[in-house]
Amino acid sequence: MEGTSITRADELPEEELMLAGNRSCAGCSMSLIYRMALKALGKDTILTVPASCLTVLHGLYHKTSVALNVIHTTFETTAASASGIVAALEVLGLDKKITVVGFAGDGGTSDIGIQGLSGAAERNTNFIYACYDNEMYSNTGTQRSGQTPYMAYTTTTPHGKIEHKKNIPMIMLAHNIPYIATACASYPLDVYNKFKRAKQFKGTRYIHLLAPCPPGWGFQTEETIEVGKLAVKTGIFPVYEIIDGKMLLSKESEPCLDPKKRSPVADYMKRQSRFKHVSQQHIDTYQEYVNGQWDFISKML
Amino acid sequence: MVNSRDPKSTIAAVQHPTEGEAGNTGTWRTFKPVIDERKCILMKSPKARCHKCWLYCPEAMVTRTRPPKILEYCKGCGICAAECTHKAITMEKE
Amino acid sequence: MVSKGKSKEVAKVEGKPAGIKGREIMLITGNHAASYAVKASRVQVVSAYPITPQSPVVEKLSEFIEDGEMDARMIRVESEQSAMASLISASTTGVRVFTATSSHGLLFMHEQLAWAAGTRLPIVMCIVTRAIGAPWSVWTDHQDAVSQRDTGWMQIFCEDNQEIYDTVIEAFKIAEDERVYLPVAVCFDGYILSHTIMPVELLSQAEVDKFLPPFKSHLMISKSMDDPIGLNPVTVPDPREGFPAYMELRHRMQQALERSIAVMEEAEGQFGKLSGRNHGGAVRGYRLDDADVAIVGMGSCSSQAKTAIEALRASGIKAGVLTVRLFRPFPKQRVRDALKHVSTVVVFDRDVAYGLEGALCAETKVALYNAPKPPYIHGFIVGLGGRDFTTDHVIQGTKMVVAMAKNKEIHDETTWLGLMEGE
Repeated sequence: MEGTSITRADELPEEELMLAGNRSCAGCSMSLIYRMALKALGKDTILTVPASCLTVLHGLYHKTSVALNVIHTTFETTAASASGIVAALEVLGLDKKITVVGFAGDGGTSDIGIQGLSGAAERNTNFIYACYDNEMYSNTGTQRSGQTPYMAYTTTTPHGKIEHKKNIPMIMLAHNIPYIATACASYPLDVYNKFKRAKQFKGTRYIHLLAPCPPGWGFQTEETIEVGKLAVKTGIFPVYEIIDGKMLLSKESEPCLDPKKRSPVADYMKRQSRFKHVSQQHIDTYQEYVNGQWDFISKML
Repeated sequence: MVNSRDPKSTIAAVQHPTEGEAGNTGTWRTFKPVIDERKCILMKSPKARCHKCWLYCPEAMVTRTRPPKILEYCKGCGICAAECTHKAITMEKE
Repeated sequence: MVSKGKSKEVAKVEGKPAGIKGREIMLITGNHAASYAVKASRVQVVSAYPITPQSPVVEKLSEFIEDGEMDARMIRVESEQSAMASLISASTTGVRVFTATSSHGLLFMHEQLAWAAGTRLPIVMCIVTRAIGAPWSVWTDHQDAVSQRDTGWMQIFCEDNQEIYDTVIEAFKIAEDERVYLPVAVCFDGYILSHTIMPVELLSQAEVDKFLPPFKSHLMISKSMDDPIGLNPVTVPDPREGFPAYMELRHRMQQALERSIAVMEEAEGQFGKLSGRNHGGAVRGYRLDDADVAIVGMGSCSSQAKTAIEALRASGIKAGVLTVRLFRPFPKQRVRDALKHVSTVVVFDRDVAYGLEGALCAETKVALYNAPKPPYIHGFIVGLGGRDFTTDHVIQGTKMVVAMAKNKEIHDETTWLGLMEGE
């Protein structure tokens, strides 16, 4: 990645804009993502957050654990809300000073919120859209979303989801926006760097972040980082940037170009009880799918 | 005069930043991380700049100090213990 | 000199100062009257989605903005839901905002209407009234606006293009009043007003600036970046640590609606002094003072009713019209006071609260129920989906009710006028 990216924890700004004692679960990767994102974004930021687990992190009226201006909205309106903030700041001449960030979950991005996201991106609205993806509708109790992976258990797919994950970064590519990135909570410095990088661009910037969820996916709270790393090492979650239409693989995913260096998908699936019912055939299908994903990525590079 | 900090005059749901919004989240934990300063690389090597425990904590409940300290609101998730390269942190039942 | 407009709008008759410097009389449609008022009100962000018959409002605003006549941004959103959602956050950021819509566009914003009102934002919107499907109808009735009456928005109905222009400007003043802080919908009939040309006197910019100061609201977060807040988090049922909870905040919204009647009348008075035009406040009467029978209506129902008064009086029925201008909040006392001397009330609704009756009729009954001498009252459903509501209907309906009143007849079922034969 060009420009100044950091490689060590002590290069991060020390100040926490996410205050202690918030309402997220123990071991919540969304919390880690948000912590890193806010460090990168800094104080001159206005956020818009739809109904989601992130709403809960922000806390109940009349207190909040986040020391930034945040507008909470209905589930589907993140991108529209951000468009309104951007327009207002442009009229006020504050758009160069204040960064606008929409921060939504996968439901609010890939399903109910996709109309607004597509519209805002088509207008190349000058904001950063971040999707923390825990691959289900967590806030309402872990129901299936368009981001739920193949054969994952959710409360509305008790025998496992039949369809594969909807590829939002590729949908964003079709909108010709200047910056697209994926990142995983397990690589917090990369998360920080990508938000910092996104700030350098003007127009719509989209960041898709994998956010492993202990209660939702079925693993222990201390395994959060490890599970996320497996998602990347198996090639299931590719980590990359697309700048002006050109894909750049991030170093976390570089080994995955070589199929021999990808960990088998079974390693990932067996760590989470949401996959405990899968058969060998399912594993094989999933492995084939992931291999196909990497054939596609190799062609894009 | 509408003032969101004044219960009588406020007209919309406005929340103000504060620590401990969810109360003392330290009461959530069953296990508490304990740092063994003999194993912590920051203590063993003055030039070390690790701070992984601070980095990976979802809520910065480990301080970025030498040695790191565990703060009151720690929820006991155990990520710091799992990620410490030098196995300097153990989760102990409180 | 007649200049060619860029849109289908017609003549701009210049050189008619109407005696006051800076003013101008233009021959414009109701839609464009709204656009000119929005421009004069120095709106800063417009976010809208086209829908018949509202589209020209926004098209004209696009011209103003792109020609540099308005220092504003237009967000060409991809849906009405996004239109209102974007205005909620734009207003919160700290600017004066506006949108317009009709029918299904309004319905698509329904969730956001509730959100805007609950956030107590001074958003102004024009509803160019149009029937709701199914099936499709692009023609006027009042169903769309009326169906949103429970959201917490104020609603003002206009009868002509001058009133549209004046009311949009007043709407910002009322909405941004500290005693109110509520969103306001200015409603006017699709096609009957929206696409009909009438002379409208535009005030000078200096006059409007005097009436409407720069935008100020209880939420302007771009101006308080060093004192950050979270807006609209989750609440719990009961108060915590002395702070109000959901029910209290909703109570305060209802109280604001109740207070807003007086604020509206005050704004109307101020505007009247400035412009020479006072539209009467919450309600206004036409030949009502000496009337025995009152005909109640909003918007086009009211204008149509006025055309029948002469004929009714000639036939021996001393009728007058009560125009309900402010529909939300429903001005119960104003209605009760205006009707206290009449024996019979006839209501014409261009809408149906399905399963009940016409909404205006039902609410007029609410206002009259505890009156010392409640008049006999009956209402009619008319003019749905653009069906003509005629002078004859007014006469016919009024005569029917006068006859019913003699026997104090009770009719729980709705009466519709203008249906095809045999229906």
